[in-house]
Amino acid sequence: MLMLAMAARSAWNRRFNLLLMLLAIAMSTAMLLGVERIRHQVRASFAHSVSGTDLVVGARTSPVQLMLYTVFHLGGTTSNMSWDSARRLAVHPAVAWTIPLSLGDSHRGFPVLATTPGYFAHYRYGNRQPLVLAQGQPFAALFDAVLGAEVASRLGYRVGDRIVLSHGDGDGDGPAHAGHAGHENRPFVVSGILARTGTPVDRTVHIGLEALQAIHLGWEGGMPLPGLAILPEQIRKFDLTPHSVTGVLVGLKLRSQVFTVQREIAEDPHEPLMAVLPGVALDALWRVTSVAERALLVVSGLVVMVGLAGLASSILAALGERRRELAILRSVGARPGDLLAMLALEGLVVMLAGALLGLALVTLLAAVSGPYLQSAFGVTVPAAWPTPGEWPLLAATVGAGFCVSLLPGWRAYRLSLADGLMPTT
Amino acid sequence: MASSTSGIDLINAANSTNGDPVIDLRGIAFTWPGQAAPCLRLDRFRLDAGEQVFVCGPSGSGKSTLLSMLAGVLAPQQGSLRVLGTAPDALSAPRRDRFRADHIGLIFQQFNLLPYLSVVDNVLLPCRFSRSRRERSAAQGATPQAAAHALLAQLDLPSALWQRAVTRLSVGQQQRVAAARALIGRPRLVLADEPTSALDAPRQQAFMDLLQRECGIAGASLVFVSHDERLATRFQRRLSLPAAHAPDAPDVAGAA
Repeated sequence: MLMLAMAARSAWNRRFNLLLMLLAIAMSTAMLLGVERIRHQVRASFAHSVSGTDLVVGARTSPVQLMLYTVFHLGGTTSNMSWDSARRLAVHPAVAWTIPLSLGDSHRGFPVLATTPGYFAHYRYGNRQPLVLAQGQPFAALFDAVLGAEVASRLGYRVGDRIVLSHGDGDGDGPAHAGHAGHENRPFVVSGILARTGTPVDRTVHIGLEALQAIHLGWEGGMPLPGLAILPEQIRKFDLTPHSVTGVLVGLKLRSQVFTVQREIAEDPHEPLMAVLPGVALDALWRVTSVAERALLVVSGLVVMVGLAGLASSILAALGERRRELAILRSVGARPGDLLAMLALEGLVVMLAGALLGLALVTLLAAVSGPYLQSAFGVTVPAAWPTPGEWPLLAATVGAGFCVSLLPGWRAYRLSLADGLMPTT
Repeated sequence: MASSTSGIDLINAANSTNGDPVIDLRGIAFTWPGQAAPCLRLDRFRLDAGEQVFVCGPSGSGKSTLLSMLAGVLAPQQGSLRVLGTAPDALSAPRRDRFRADHIGLIFQQFNLLPYLSVVDNVLLPCRFSRSRRERSAAQGATPQAAAHALLAQLDLPSALWQRAVTRLSVGQQQRVAAARALIGRPRLVLADEPTSALDAPRQQAFMDLLQRECGIAGASLVFVSHDERLATRFQRRLSLPAAHAPDAPDVAGAA
């Protein structure tokens, strides 16, 4: 009780210094937790890019490549699957629904995904969440487009705006960009804007499969044929059934049949096809990118080490004053154990308070800047209690800081009485 | 209170009449690691109860080493060291700490006080850590607080200062508070390491008057280390330590 009161008064006497230490610990704890949460979030949002889809079907390529096209809308498609195969799949007795997808065009750097209205009904991401329209409605007219949240916010589009797609996956600013032919004569109208999902859907412009077919009428050679201009009102007269699609997302009636259907598709006698399980392919893809995750982990570790080094240096800087105090206490009869207990108590209290403050800080930051982070970077940092995985990190930080705060104290208490008696020699 | 006071006085009387000298050194030598010659050599030194000795010598002559040895911080490498009939170097570290807290009052050169305690709380520190100092303070006042007040008043510190933060005291006042702390609970021995070096001449004299008088009243022996020869005349005894490299054994003068 006596030492407790002394320790409290001693700490209060050095409150400014301790406050700085506390802030340093809080900052590094907040950094550690922030980086950790972003790391988990990135991984989770990656793993949850698509859910509820049992199989992704496409022309034979590597499973990772098929995922890149169909889920991340990245890369140039090298081979398509025929519309006949897509249709056969849709009527397969084990299949509940299919979403045919076609890629190839782009709009100011964002990929254009041609699909059917079934996409909005069946596509799931995250924890089996459906797509939600923030504004407007799905395709009603032929040349309607539904924008992902990021496309709309980056380019400032609203429902009713007109947009022009360009051929190919160019990243040019406008339709007139060199090397990319535009579809100026077939502007689309933004009919709806999706709510943010944190998945590649946010970066995608969605149009109907027939619309994709329509804007490429007369483009059989890869470029518009000169002198062959089709008036908009004539378009409906053409057969707008696509010849091929990039891939098909498949939902089964019974998940247990997934391997049977997968094998059936692989052995399809009409066309060389493949079907991949999205979870397995996403894992494989994550392993490719996990270097980035490990880099974040290293950053977390460095953050803590820098924080502890700062802590040690501020403790050492305060040691001169501390040694005098400890020498006085020793000279009036305080035992080394008393002093060590005092130093340990102070170190522990400061570390715990710092860690708690850091936790509060990261929670507050997440709550305040969460919407901004979500809209600017598509990264969600949840303002949540520490996850079970974070407790060991917090405990390790507090423990390491506690040891750091004891080291100079241990030195000081060994020297303390001699310090007082021999201040100069 | 009166009965307990007399009981403690009896114990004190028994201690002081058992004939043990307060300090008894024989054939002491101490060499710091890495040095060829010992920095301190003392063939024989004895200090009896109530005696006051002035220890002087040039820098490096081992004054602080001697004090550290008497306080039980350093152990002599040769010879025998007895303080109040006990060899501090033979005690375990915790018992040595207890022995020091119970029997020795220390005054450092400067920065003696804890800045976060009031004047009175600084004086009371030994009573908080040592039960026997707390019990013996009853001879100086009804309660430890009263004892502290009495000592502060005798050391010429007006009561207006007692609850004040020590950082607002002058250096001279701070050293008198340190003296009160060294004397509370009647330790048998007071070790003072150049406590006047930060004071000007008139304040030095005033401080010495008070310190020596109060040591006398408390019945404490005083070992006073200083290189200020002007203060030597105030002491009946004087111990001059020669410079470390001097080949001669130090002369121990008892100037009575």
